[in-house]
Amino acid sequence: MTGEPVTLPVTLRVNGAERPVAAVAPWTTLLTVLRDELGLTGAKRGCNQGVCGACTVMIDGEPVRSCLSLALNCTGRDIVTVEGLAPAGALAPVQQALAEGNAVQCGFCTPGILISAHALLRRNAPLSVDEVRAGLSGNLCRCSGYKKIVEAIVRASEARP
Amino acid sequence: MTPRDTAATGVGASLPRLDAREKVTGRAQYIADMVRPDMLHAAIHASPLAHARIRGYDTRAAEAVPGVACVLTGGDFPDGRMGAFIKDEPAIAQGKVRYPGEPVAVVAAEDEETARRAAALIRVEYEDLPVAATPEDAMAPDAPLIHEGLADYFKVFPAICGGNVASETELSEGDVDGAWAECDVIVEGEFETPAQAHLSIEPVGALAEVDAEGRVTLWSANQSVFRVQANVCEALQLPMSKLRCLTPKVGAGFGNKMEPHVQPLVVQLALKTGRPVRLILNRTEDFETVRARHPFKIRCRTGAKKDGTLVARELSAVLDCGAYGDDSPGVLGYSLLMSRGPYRIPHCRASGKLVYTNRMRFGAFRGFGNPQVTFATESQIDEIADRLGMDPLDLRLKNRMEPGDRWFGGGEVASNGLVECIEKAKAASGWEQGRALPAPPGKRRALGVAACAHISGLLATGAIVRLLEDGSVVLNTGAVDIGQGSDTVLTQMCASALRVPADRVAIASPDTDGSPYNWGTTASRVTYTTGRSVVAAADKVAEQIKRHASEIFECAVEDLELRDGGRVGIKGVPDKELSFFEVSGRAHWAAGGPIVGTDTWVYNRPSVDPKRAVAKGLPFPQIGVYSFGCMIAAVEIDETTGKADVAEVWSAMDVGKAINPGSVEGQIEGGFVQGMGFALTEEMVFDGPRLVNPSMMDYKAPTSLDAPFGIHSIIVEAAEPGGPFGAKGIGEIGLVPVPAAIANAVATAAGTRLRRLPLTPERVLDTMLEDGDED
Repeated sequence: MTGEPVTLPVTLRVNGAERPVAAVAPWTTLLTVLRDELGLTGAKRGCNQGVCGACTVMIDGEPVRSCLSLALNCTGRDIVTVEGLAPAGALAPVQQALAEGNAVQCGFCTPGILISAHALLRRNAPLSVDEVRAGLSGNLCRCSGYKKIVEAIVRASEARP
Repeated sequence: MTPRDTAATGVGASLPRLDAREKVTGRAQYIADMVRPDMLHAAIHASPLAHARIRGYDTRAAEAVPGVACVLTGGDFPDGRMGAFIKDEPAIAQGKVRYPGEPVAVVAAEDEETARRAAALIRVEYEDLPVAATPEDAMAPDAPLIHEGLADYFKVFPAICGGNVASETELSEGDVDGAWAECDVIVEGEFETPAQAHLSIEPVGALAEVDAEGRVTLWSANQSVFRVQANVCEALQLPMSKLRCLTPKVGAGFGNKMEPHVQPLVVQLALKTGRPVRLILNRTEDFETVRARHPFKIRCRTGAKKDGTLVARELSAVLDCGAYGDDSPGVLGYSLLMSRGPYRIPHCRASGKLVYTNRMRFGAFRGFGNPQVTFATESQIDEIADRLGMDPLDLRLKNRMEPGDRWFGGGEVASNGLVECIEKAKAASGWEQGRALPAPPGKRRALGVAACAHISGLLATGAIVRLLEDGSVVLNTGAVDIGQGSDTVLTQMCASALRVPADRVAIASPDTDGSPYNWGTTASRVTYTTGRSVVAAADKVAEQIKRHASEIFECAVEDLELRDGGRVGIKGVPDKELSFFEVSGRAHWAAGGPIVGTDTWVYNRPSVDPKRAVAKGLPFPQIGVYSFGCMIAAVEIDETTGKADVAEVWSAMDVGKAINPGSVEGQIEGGFVQGMGFALTEEMVFDGPRLVNPSMMDYKAPTSLDAPFGIHSIIVEAAEPGGPFGAKGIGEIGLVPVPAAIANAVATAAGTRLRRLPLTPERVLDTMLEDGDED
């Protein structure tokens, strides 16, 4: 191999804070930057192919696979990870609902599920079981059979104003 | 619920997981989230070939990549061998490769990208060997030998082996050959099940660090820190005292993380470099190089009298072992032990062969061979019912084991909730209204049933319960919570035994230095075996608390009782009581010494009674206690596409006692969906020895849209004598009957029976169009 790979400095807005990163290669994904550079390990690498959904984060209000998003494309955008769903020490209602509803087993898919759920819940209307099932269809869970996750998200949607 | 209320948090409460908050905030640390100072990152170079002799390595290009710290190949490893039953597996390929994906070299570098780039530059010179891709190939007279040294390998049981056959097992009772003449109806068939991927969403990984004295600390995704320690030390020929194994959070296991994966590789890299080394497999590697559920080919024959009395069964199975033994001899033995099912069948013979092939190793997977065998046997129960014009549930009830009946082989069965499981599933599903259900045009709907049993048990376990100075408690068991919730359940048991709220009990993370031995989170065993130790150790703490109180109150120990909230008092005298704080303070500072209760035990009830049964080559002489279950599934078939969907399912499972009902339901629901994947969509497809769908894109595990929302968990509690609070395990049994229940529903709806999993749309459509049995 010859020469150093080309890298660029970048600043990302993550969970409301401006986060500078000194050197990002053009092919580096948002997931890698979040986990390895910013120490935000909530988003998980399950497949790195955009299938399992464990790496899901919000970009400008939309749930996105961070393993398929290039970090350099994310400048100037608003990124929210599972760590940013609630202030430190607090839980968002959907986090509370999953925790109390026995909807968390191994927990590896949970951060991605929470982001997808968060996107569904922005509608501020009670969600049906089938709406939640459809909304989670891009997040694989191998432990739960999905039922308690769906129940918890439906409950969280009903508790909203 | 108030968290300080003992009853609201103890046994029987659906207490939220102790680590739920950590997990929903993204703070839970899994192996890939762990970083150590000055840590190197590793990558494997995997064999592209299925079977070849290694002639040489060229690692120069890899070593020249800037940032590469170390490249290791076979010669850099001690030639120890590991294996749960047959010590046949080196830490890294030695001399030859036996499956595509086998690690041949390993690289450590400053970052993962560099390690992977360097690993790709390693050149290995191979000499091709003939390949045996399937058990049939491997048993052919001219088959290449996959393990030339098989006869000399150390084995932990009297294995019957030779050629490419790693293990042969047979179990029989009664006079099977003579019994067929007594039968009015005999059904016979061949059943086939594919390799299933565990597909934990967390890929496997490990991190090792060496201290200045050369002692290694190893974290990894695992199901037993003690099995990790044993395997690594066997492979690398280290004294066990030189390796400490710890666990981060584990992103599920299902059997995949019970035996070794990359742990020996990172330990050797850490020893060679003196730096911490972390290796996380990517998804493709995780598919190709770890392990999967055994493909089974089963020949089964069952006979009954006209009145439905089951008379005889003969079952023979051929299991693809893959390249290394791993847990496979146990899977074979256990599957045969389960082949009679929960019925009285006086004449039974089950035999099987486990055959080495040049495919990835197969090993433990939730159910441990039982789902495959139950698919065959429960399909045949339905076939007999159909032939006799009987209701399949009535046939099952007629032949069920009665109290006092022994298990196949002669093992004692203490608790048996099967009848209640059947009755409750039957009532809840509306079975009485008929198995064929109304369906819209173009669809067919039917109910299908399967009954089953499973064990919880096996091997050694312990617990240490300590009373801290302030009267709170630390529980230490060494059992790894892989996400199923055992930390919570064991804490609830400890809390109830000491009558303190659960938040007064901390549970220690497993540590081979500090925890009592625990064979592992496998065999549905933690609730039952570890729970027993927790209760016994807590009882010893209670005894010591009472002894202190008896000295203070100058009364007899027998006159004392524990009271809710962590107090001990004189029975019948409400104001004569002490807090655990007062007792533990006295023990720490004045008299008796700190209060610690310990318990260890090993499951030792024999599975085979030689007066009843003949067993040859059985790897597990002492299995465990029995759980029972009954599942009814409502399945809909699309007549145009052949696609089968489960609309609703009723899963009644006998757990002895639900320590945490919410978690029990979680096991039933999750087990069902994983079993549904096995039944309908999941298949690791091989082209010869090579896996052709090692990605989540091409391997079809159920999503939230595939899984029915109507999964009805029905908890049955037939208390197990000796079980902690009467509890038995629930980890696996909920998966065991799924393929059979779905296949029986499909058979009713389609009008013909499929005997090969998965029941894909093509196969279902073909069988409906042919309107005749497959095969």
